[in-house]
Amino acid sequence: MSDRDDRFVEMLLTHEIAQFLYREAELLDERRYEAWLALLSDDIRYWMPMRRNVKFGEESREFTREITDINWFDEGKETLTRRVRQIETGIHWAEEPVSRIAHLVTNVQLIEAMPSAAEAREVSVKCRFLIYRNRVETETDILVGKREDLLRRDGDDWKIARRKIILDQNVLLSKNLTFFF
Amino acid sequence: MATAHVGGYRPGLVDLKTGQISREIFVNEDIYAEEQERVFARAWLYVGHESQVPNPGDFFVSGMGEESVILTRDRAGQVRVFLNSCRHRGMKVCRYDEGNTTVFTCPYHGWSYGTDGRLVGVPYFREAYHSQLDRLQWGLVEVAQTCVHKGTVWATWDKDAPPFLEYLGDFARYLDQMFDSWDGSDGGTEILGGVQKWLVPSNWKFPAENFSGDSYHNISHRSVDMVGAGPSGSGRRDMPELNLARKLHIAIPDRGHQTTAYLLPREVEVPAGYQHSPVVSDYFKKCEEARRQQRGDWGRLITLVGEVFPSMAFLARQPRTIAVWHPRGPHQTEVWRWFLVDKNAPQDVKNFLRDYYIRYSGPAGMTEQDDMENWGYAHKASRGTIARRYSYSYEQGMGTEVDNYEWEGFSLPGSVTDLTQAKSSEHNLRNLYRRWAEFMEASDWDELASWRRAQRAAAE
Repeated sequence: MSDRDDRFVEMLLTHEIAQFLYREAELLDERRYEAWLALLSDDIRYWMPMRRNVKFGEESREFTREITDINWFDEGKETLTRRVRQIETGIHWAEEPVSRIAHLVTNVQLIEAMPSAAEAREVSVKCRFLIYRNRVETETDILVGKREDLLRRDGDDWKIARRKIILDQNVLLSKNLTFFF
Repeated sequence: MATAHVGGYRPGLVDLKTGQISREIFVNEDIYAEEQERVFARAWLYVGHESQVPNPGDFFVSGMGEESVILTRDRAGQVRVFLNSCRHRGMKVCRYDEGNTTVFTCPYHGWSYGTDGRLVGVPYFREAYHSQLDRLQWGLVEVAQTCVHKGTVWATWDKDAPPFLEYLGDFARYLDQMFDSWDGSDGGTEILGGVQKWLVPSNWKFPAENFSGDSYHNISHRSVDMVGAGPSGSGRRDMPELNLARKLHIAIPDRGHQTTAYLLPREVEVPAGYQHSPVVSDYFKKCEEARRQQRGDWGRLITLVGEVFPSMAFLARQPRTIAVWHPRGPHQTEVWRWFLVDKNAPQDVKNFLRDYYIRYSGPAGMTEQDDMENWGYAHKASRGTIARRYSYSYEQGMGTEVDNYEWEGFSLPGSVTDLTQAKSSEHNLRNLYRRWAEFMEASDWDELASWRRAQRAAAE
């Protein structure tokens, strides 16, 4: 293939991945949780570290460590499924009445396609998110940050095998995290 | 708003005879301001854990009430606590959460302070101050007293406050289980990395009373009981103990500390918990046995959730955590959360517990999410002029507490309510507010340390 063809293949893949991420966001915002859970691989790692204020040059200590430290989230599919089931009880007061949530996914960047863009079985993708939550009457949260996802080819579609969520906050400004990133 | 002081704190706003407490103490801004003076500036407050500052120069920025403070270990190895505010113009001298340093330099005009708080650097000292500034007088403001207790660091701004162990009184024994290893070895706990910090839209006393022993809020957590987030699968995680033990509320009336606890029977073996994980189940079984051997009757007592007056809460059983309620105005609280494990536990056990802690506690915790929803909207719905006219009811179980509680030959200090039949009581909550009202009215520590008067009288 020519360089031009390579770039074309990569562009198509980036488009496909972005469409996948938008569709995922749509499922969450429409509260179609079963379909959302089906997009998660059985071995998914869902990790959201906490962040410290550290001196310039000491960035290695900025984030709490996966599997080792306390994090906002550090879990797999079983716990994510339980979180969905909890919302579905209808008596999970923190989401009852249910919140109005919009996921804005933007700055989608294809970081790596393995083994290649033409035959991608796994892709590493970065994006920015803005999650808007409004609940009951006037309670509103806006959470902004970065996501690093590892997607795995699954037939004609993709599954999320890993999600690292970098929230751009130190003290969490929301009273809870009852929604998905 | 102006109704705050009608009748005073005792018995007016906090009426323990009728079991009614005014909403004003939660929502009134004048009361809030007074509370900062009378409660937070006089009580002992939890600052952090020694293991967060293991080496000289290590620091951890913490909070005491509304104040930002620096917990540090100076060059001599001493744990120190300073107000995080430059003496010259008030700028925070440290805006990192933690780290290691030799000096704290103010980014505004450049005054710098050693880890012992001394003012060591003043720009243009000779030229602009003509070498006249008395640098010894201008060190960082230090707390009046500090105490390291089983690895935990406590401090107070009040030089007249009694020493920390006297402040705890009989409560120290109940707190042991929080800081000791589960097998009963002294102080054998460590902090997991990462302190959770988040904002809750309610007065700090909502979480404080909840952790003092609100055993009535079952409906809050029914959804998590249904889906199961606990380490033993679905349902409540403490079923084995619930079915065997005496369930107790224990309050120390003259100190304002209180906890809930299970007292296990002497002869019966408690069924193993954590059955999803044999290694964890085995670990706790061995610890239970060791603790009983080492501590005798005290080894049969399992401290659950409790509160050291005013703003440090704990959960001694798993998920083992320390929470501090930092007031951020009458209508907001910043919660800080530390998590502990046994230092000598196998790594598998630590990992298992860490997963469980995250799943249970804090803003992403499947259990606590529902608490914060309730505190927030309870507070919000109590702010109106009309709403404030109506007291909250704390009448549950009034008069059912006993002194010198005894079961199977083991006598417990404090004022105890046996909830095995009654299920719930607000005895512990009343104890919290009794002490709160005393702090709000007392002019000094001589008045607050009522046990000293009793001791003096006995001596005479």
